[in-house]
Amino acid sequence: MLTATVFLPLAGALVIALFLSRPKAIRWFAAGVAIVDFILSIVVFAGYERQAGGLQWVERVTGWVPSLKVEYFLGVDGLSATLVLLTGMLGLAAVFSSWSIQERVKEYFAWLLVLQTAVMGVFTALDFVLFFLFWELELVPMYFLIAIWGTGRKEYSAIKFLVFTITGSAFMLVALLVVFFSTGTFNMADLAGLTGQGLDASQLLLPARLVWAFFFIAFAVKLPLWPLHTWLPDAHTDAPTAVSVMLAGVLLKMGGYGLIRINASMFPQVTQDASLLLAVLGIVNILYGAMVVFRQQDMKRLIAYSSISHMGLVALGLSSLRGVGEQVSPVGLTGAALQMFTHGTITGLLFVMVGLVYERTHTRYIPDLGGLASKMPFIATVFVAGALASLGLPSTSGFVAELTTLIGTFPVWGVLTALGAIGIVLTAGYLLWLLQRSLFGPLPERWHHHPLTDATAVEKVAPALLTVAIFAVGLFPAVLTDTLRVGVEAIVQARFT
Amino acid sequence: MRESVAWLILFLPVASFLAIGLVVRPFLNRWAVLAGYLTVVAVAGSFLLSLVALRATLGHEGPIGWPSHPWVTIGDFTVRVGIRLDSLTAIMLVVVSGVSLAVQIYSLGYMRGDPGLARYFAYMSLFTASMLGLVLSSSLLLVYVFWELVGLCSYLLIGFWYHRPAAAAAAKKAFIVTRLGDLGFLLALLYLFFHRSTFSAQGLDPFDIGHLHQAVTAGLLSGTAVTWLGLGIFAGAIGKSAQFPLHVWLPDAMEGPTPVSALIHAATMVAAGVFLVARVFPLFEASPALMHTVALIGGFTSVFAATMGMVMNDIKRVIAYSTISQLGLMMLALGVGAYTAGVFHLFNHAFFKALLFLGAGSVNHATGTFDMRLMGGLRRFMPWTYATFLVASLSLAGVFPFAGFWSKDEVLTEALTKGEPVALLVGVLALVGVFLTAFYAFRALFLTFHGEFRGGAEAQVGAGDHGANGSGHGKAHLAESPLVMVVPMVALGILAIASGVVANPPGVLGPVPSHWFAHFVVKPGGHFEEVPFNLGTAVLSNLLALAGIGVAWLVYGARRMPAERWTVRPVYRVVARKYFMDDLYERVMAGGLFYRFLCGVVDWFDRVVVDGTAEAIGWIGRNAGKPLAWMQNGQVQAYAGAIGLGIALILIVYMVWR
Repeated sequence: MLTATVFLPLAGALVIALFLSRPKAIRWFAAGVAIVDFILSIVVFAGYERQAGGLQWVERVTGWVPSLKVEYFLGVDGLSATLVLLTGMLGLAAVFSSWSIQERVKEYFAWLLVLQTAVMGVFTALDFVLFFLFWELELVPMYFLIAIWGTGRKEYSAIKFLVFTITGSAFMLVALLVVFFSTGTFNMADLAGLTGQGLDASQLLLPARLVWAFFFIAFAVKLPLWPLHTWLPDAHTDAPTAVSVMLAGVLLKMGGYGLIRINASMFPQVTQDASLLLAVLGIVNILYGAMVVFRQQDMKRLIAYSSISHMGLVALGLSSLRGVGEQVSPVGLTGAALQMFTHGTITGLLFVMVGLVYERTHTRYIPDLGGLASKMPFIATVFVAGALASLGLPSTSGFVAELTTLIGTFPVWGVLTALGAIGIVLTAGYLLWLLQRSLFGPLPERWHHHPLTDATAVEKVAPALLTVAIFAVGLFPAVLTDTLRVGVEAIVQARFT
Repeated sequence: MRESVAWLILFLPVASFLAIGLVVRPFLNRWAVLAGYLTVVAVAGSFLLSLVALRATLGHEGPIGWPSHPWVTIGDFTVRVGIRLDSLTAIMLVVVSGVSLAVQIYSLGYMRGDPGLARYFAYMSLFTASMLGLVLSSSLLLVYVFWELVGLCSYLLIGFWYHRPAAAAAAKKAFIVTRLGDLGFLLALLYLFFHRSTFSAQGLDPFDIGHLHQAVTAGLLSGTAVTWLGLGIFAGAIGKSAQFPLHVWLPDAMEGPTPVSALIHAATMVAAGVFLVARVFPLFEASPALMHTVALIGGFTSVFAATMGMVMNDIKRVIAYSTISQLGLMMLALGVGAYTAGVFHLFNHAFFKALLFLGAGSVNHATGTFDMRLMGGLRRFMPWTYATFLVASLSLAGVFPFAGFWSKDEVLTEALTKGEPVALLVGVLALVGVFLTAFYAFRALFLTFHGEFRGGAEAQVGAGDHGANGSGHGKAHLAESPLVMVVPMVALGILAIASGVVANPPGVLGPVPSHWFAHFVVKPGGHFEEVPFNLGTAVLSNLLALAGIGVAWLVYGARRMPAERWTVRPVYRVVARKYFMDDLYERVMAGGLFYRFLCGVVDWFDRVVVDGTAEAIGWIGRNAGKPLAWMQNGQVQAYAGAIGLGIALILIVYMVWR
């Protein structure tokens, strides 16, 4: 099942590359693949049995590379099941936001589907080598997608993205080899304590803190955490819409997932010792990111920096693992995981909307925009809904995630969390200001005779899907949290008590 | 009464919101007026059920509570949803759904022909629903949820005519300024969760309002904890109820359609702040410092806002400042411990304030403007509007026997006779407020309805709702508004006369027992205490009100002493510029200190230092190869030399190190 979920997009990419040539056929075929994969991801998520918990949907071939003890080992817990669902959903949204791609259609959709396989693989791989393979595989399609179908300084941004991530990967490779030579296993489930005892830090050949730091650098680049974030605004700004959706929606979550699955689960003691660092970096992300947002004039860059601000909450939630006294509560970590999911849907949605506006106006420069709501009511309505979700309005998933993270972290880091809560005011400030400048007010002279049209039926698919997800989780969070917390509580129980 | 009935009060307007948003607006927008009927029917249903709830509460000692339902559970964090139906809830339900019903009916006429009609009624339904949810919730966390939704709806409705820059700006301002206060509320919730073990040890839920009362009364929380909690919650109330220093959003909020202002200022949104303080009143009572803060902020705001109301030329702005001032009075009442009087004033205020706004809208309907300098003489053309506006103004001024008098008098009496310096101080402030209120209320009345007509919208195009909206009301056509607008005004007019004396009569009044309201609405855990009627206070406040009316008559009615002659220009300028607070907040704080300086520096740092460092490392990476390439020159002698040097170096290091 997981194999199908992970590799279906890759198979689809091969079919596109080898057999299809008409753009229309390619689009619909890719859409079909994405729809089926989304359904598969729903099955994985919904079929995860909460009562039983633990690893499920496990697929394991032990003798894959026997000489190196490398296995083909896939499986999900409550945490990764939700991320699989997220990836399936955003993959679908990405395909439907790519309808207007005209140039080298075949390669484009093939790469997009390869990307989805890579991300799915990262979230489900439980063998370290397999994990690393998927992790690196993701870079290839990303590089081409930005460098070929991007805008502006696209080659620069693609290389910058690549260099930052590969530097991180180098650290990760060293760290995972250290782990392997110290313990003799690549089994992530064992090392993380999902099965078995978990990594014993005293076995390590190098100081645990150093190994932790190496992993941390790799994931902090991806999340991204200050000051390793500067690749993100460039990559986002110059990437095509669907790639921004995937980047913000799921690729950043690879960083958060790594921090939880590897840093926190394999090195609980170090994570607790480093929790002040995590909290401070989280706050810096939240406030610093928000302040930079205010100065942005490019809509995409603005959303990109808001992403940085929002991902600070993930680090903040992680820092709650320090606990109060001997007590570690799973609330903050659940909030962080929830924030990963909701940020994926919300920021994905915002990038889709920015893309739709850009396709019509051919500018993302905010001072040139304004009054668009009167010409494109659907786009404006969904844009507003996305912005409100992003600023954490109750009834949207943004609120649930924000509240859970803050409430879980406040008992541990009172003052720092209170500082982070200032983010809710800043977020409201820059998002409503964005709406005011781009959608409201009178329509500027230059757009009066411009055929600005509302979204077409195909263009409405992705916004509708993501909006429904945002409100569904906002109104009935238990749908998501009941599975998520099974995963998180198991981690906290196994490694932090 | 069954729980489902209580939920239905909330879900009727939710249903009409969903029906309009998902069916009427996308598919039946040609029959947008359908949305109006749906809303009216749904709100009317809520109103009737609210009356049922009021009856059920009357025969019940203490709050009616049903076991709450778990909504989401994460670790030891559980959010529960449930209903708390006590006297405060019941009164608020009736006020909210009643005023909303009047406003919705009025909107059928006022908003007729607006291209966004369906959207308007969808927002109005959601607005009413959110406020009803806010007053029904048994959990403070759920109160916060609805609190934010109320803020959302006011954002959407203030910015309803989004193509107008002023409306878009005002909507944003309202949301952000109130959110500053909400931050305090949120932190209070986080702080409550921090103390969860204290609660759970007693089997209590930290977010449950009833449990919070119990915990405070039992002294489970330390004094500091209570003060911090109260301050956070009060910060939220300051934002929502537009108290100093977060009052700046409310006057701008009149950019929305006038019926929206009526709803915001009377029953929803601003009432939420006062309601919240009343809701957790035992918490505030447990800390004298908190009570003094509430009283002083309320007292100061009541006078501060009134002074600005005296100089505004826009009729809606005058009423807006009067709202801030009256909310200050309610806060003041709560701050001196006059719980019943504060809630009673909220109750009365809702009717006459809604009426004032509906009157202003009716005037706008006729003249196309809100600028009082362009009005005048309207009483001849609009007798019903004039009569109801007069009644509302008298009620606002607190003249015997109109509704406002009864509650204002109780507030004054309790403040002045409490015998505490703070209470006395705010009592005197309230007396000053009485005079100022009467003055500005009648200044508005005289400018609008008396004298000669001064041209309306034709003298200044684009000042009114419809003027800029281009839907045909831009020109003045001096006539009474249609019946669908007048009827709700008359209904509210009757309440503005009678709600005070009928709800809380000094003696038995037909079916109403004496002091019915005061018996019914007692603070949680408290008992009815009669506030002895104080003739001195009543006479004094009425004299002050009449003096205010008299001065207004001399200056604006009879024009015996025209305003130009006695105005002190510099003082006038300062007040008319709203004490420069908008300039301070928008230009100095938000625009200058925050945007230009703080964000500018951070942005510069990000571009130059952080990204610059990354670029520099990249440059080193690209160019570091060159010197290294020079070393690999292929000559064995050079390699041998290097090896020798290296060995020597290692040896030296080894010797030294040892």
